[in-house]
Amino acid sequence: MTHQQALFEYALRLGDNALILGQRLSEWCGHGPVLEQDIALTNIALDQVGQARSWLTYAGEIEGKGRSEDDLAYHREQREFRNVLLVEQPNQDWAYTMIRQFLFDAFNFYLHEQLTGSRDQTIAAIAAKSLKEITYHLRYSSEWVIRLGDGTDLSHRKMQTALDDLWIYSGELTQVTPLDAFMAEEELGADLDRLRPRYEEKVREVLEEATLSAPNLPYHQQGGKEGRHSEHLGHILAVMQSVQRAYPGQKW
Amino acid sequence: MSDNQLTKHFQDQIDQEVKIEPKDWMPEGYRQMLIRQISQHAHSEVIGMLPEGNWISRAPSLRRKVALLAKVQDEAGHGLYLYSAAETLGIDRDELIAQLHQGKAKYSSIFNYPSLTWADMGAIGWLVDGAAIMNQVMLTRTSYGPYARAMVRICKEESFHQRQGYEILLTLVRGSEDQKAMAQDSLNRWWWPALMMFGPNDEDSVHTQQSMAWKIKRKTNDELRQQFIDATVPQADYLGLKVPDPDLKWNDERGHYDFGPIDWDEFWQVVKGYGPCNRQRMRDHIAAHEEGAWVREAALAYAEKRAARLETAVA
Ligand SMILES: [Fe+2]
Ligand SMILES: [Fe+2]
Repeated sequence: MTHQQALFEYALRLGDNALILGQRLSEWCGHGPVLEQDIALTNIALDQVGQARSWLTYAGEIEGKGRSEDDLAYHREQREFRNVLLVEQPNQDWAYTMIRQFLFDAFNFYLHEQLTGSRDQTIAAIAAKSLKEITYHLRYSSEWVIRLGDGTDLSHRKMQTALDDLWIYSGELTQVTPLDAFMAEEELGADLDRLRPRYEEKVREVLEEATLSAPNLPYHQQGGKEGRHSEHLGHILAVMQSVQRAYPGQKW
Repeated sequence: MSDNQLTKHFQDQIDQEVKIEPKDWMPEGYRQMLIRQISQHAHSEVIGMLPEGNWISRAPSLRRKVALLAKVQDEAGHGLYLYSAAETLGIDRDELIAQLHQGKAKYSSIFNYPSLTWADMGAIGWLVDGAAIMNQVMLTRTSYGPYARAMVRICKEESFHQRQGYEILLTLVRGSEDQKAMAQDSLNRWWWPALMMFGPNDEDSVHTQQSMAWKIKRKTNDELRQQFIDATVPQADYLGLKVPDPDLKWNDERGHYDFGPIDWDEFWQVVKGYGPCNRQRMRDHIAAHEEGAWVREAALAYAEKRAARLETAVA
C-alpha cells in the first residue's frame, strides 16, 4: 500500500461513514416524533453530509484524477464504498436510530479526537472542525439513550431490542484492518487499539445510566471497511444516485 | 368597561395601528379567526415538509442535498414559531394537531400535489415559497403582535428559499434538453396550483371583509394574486420557460398582467380532500405522530423521574 493509496482509502472511509449516516438520518426529515427532534436530527444529518463533502473532496484531491465529491458519492458502486456496516442499518424507529447514533458517535468522537493530531494537516483540520459537531452529536444521542432506556417500560424494551440487534455491528468500529495499522504506524490515522478502551468505557457508562445491558456476543459482523456490505447499502445507493445515473454527465 | 366599550376601544387600537398583544382584551371572533389562520399556517409549514422531504434522499448533488435539508428544516422551524404564536391565544399544540388529524383544521392545498421530479424542488421554492412570501410580507404588518413578529423572522428565510428554488431551475434551463424539459414540465404542473394558493376570488371569500377590518389581512386574495403574477412572469421569461396560460398578456392600461380563468372546480376538489395527495399527506403525518407517541411519553416519564430524584437528593 502506498502512502497515497492509504490516504485515499482512509478519507473515503471517513467520507462514506458520514455520507451514509447522513443519508439515513435525512430519511427522518418531516417524520420525526416531535417537531423539535425533527429539527435536531436534521441538524445532525446536515453536519454528517457536510463532513462527507470535506472528506470526499479531500479523497478526490489525494487521488489526483479530478474526481469531485459528487463523482465519488454518485458514481461508485456499492463494493467501492468503505463505510462501516453500522451506519447503513435501517432507521426502523427512534430507538434503533438513537442506538445506532450513540454507538457511532461514541466511536466517532474518540476517532476524531485522535485525528486532530494527524501528521496530515488536512486530516487534522477536517477532524478539528468536525469534532465540535460530533461532540454535540454524542451529547444528544447519549441523552436520548439514557432518557429512553430509563423512560417507560415500553421505551426500555424498545431500546434493549435495538441494542441487541445493532450490537453485532459495533465491533467493526474499532476493528484494526491493515489500513488502520498502516495509518496508525505512520501517525496519519487513529490508533484503534488505543482508542478501544476509551470507547468501551463511554458506552458502558451511558448504557449503565440508561439501565440497558450490552449483549455478550462471541462474534461480530465486519466487512464494510473493505467494501463487503449488508443488503441495505445497495438500496441506499439506488435511491441516492438515481438522478445522477439517469442523466449522466449533467450539472445540477 | 362594558362589552361595547371594549369592542370600541379594541377597534380604535386596530385603527391606530397599535398591535394587539396576548394579554389585551379581544373579541372572541378575532381570537378564533387568528387561531384558525395561524394554525392553518403552522400546519402548512409542517405538511409542506413532505413533498420536499420526498427528494432529500435523491438530491442530485451533495450541495443540493445540504441546501434542501436545510430548507425543509427551516420550514419545521416556521411551524414551531407559528405554533408558539397560536399558543399565545390559549390553545396548545397538541390540540391544534388533533384538529388537523380530525380534519377540522386545514393546511395549504398546494401540498396535496405530488413532487415528481427534481425540477419540482426548483418550482416549489420559486413559486410556492414565492406565493407564500406575498402573503407573509403582508402579515408582518398584521394586527396581532406575536403573529406579526413570527412573520418577520420567517420572511427572511422564505426569500432565501425562493432564490434557492429559482437557482435550481436556472441550472436546469442552462443544462441539457432533458433538463430544460423537466423544468418546463414542472412549471406546467405548479403554476395554476400556485395561483390557487391565494384562495378564492374576493367576492367568494367569506372571511376577507372581517379579516381586513381587523387588519389581520391587509390585502385581498385577488390583490395578492395579481401582485404575485406581476412579479413572477418576468422571472419565467428570464428562465426561458413558458407560463402555461394562453391568455397571459401584459395590459398597459391596467399596469398589470391579464391572465386566464382559474379552474375553481379543481381548487374546491383539493380543498375538500380529493386532491392527488390529501390522504397520503394526512396518513404520513398521523403515522409520524402516532409512532412518536412512545418517544414523547418516555421523555416525559424520564423528566418526571429525574425531577423526583433531584427532589429526594435535595431533601
Ligand atoms: Fe416556511
Ligand atoms: Fe419556505
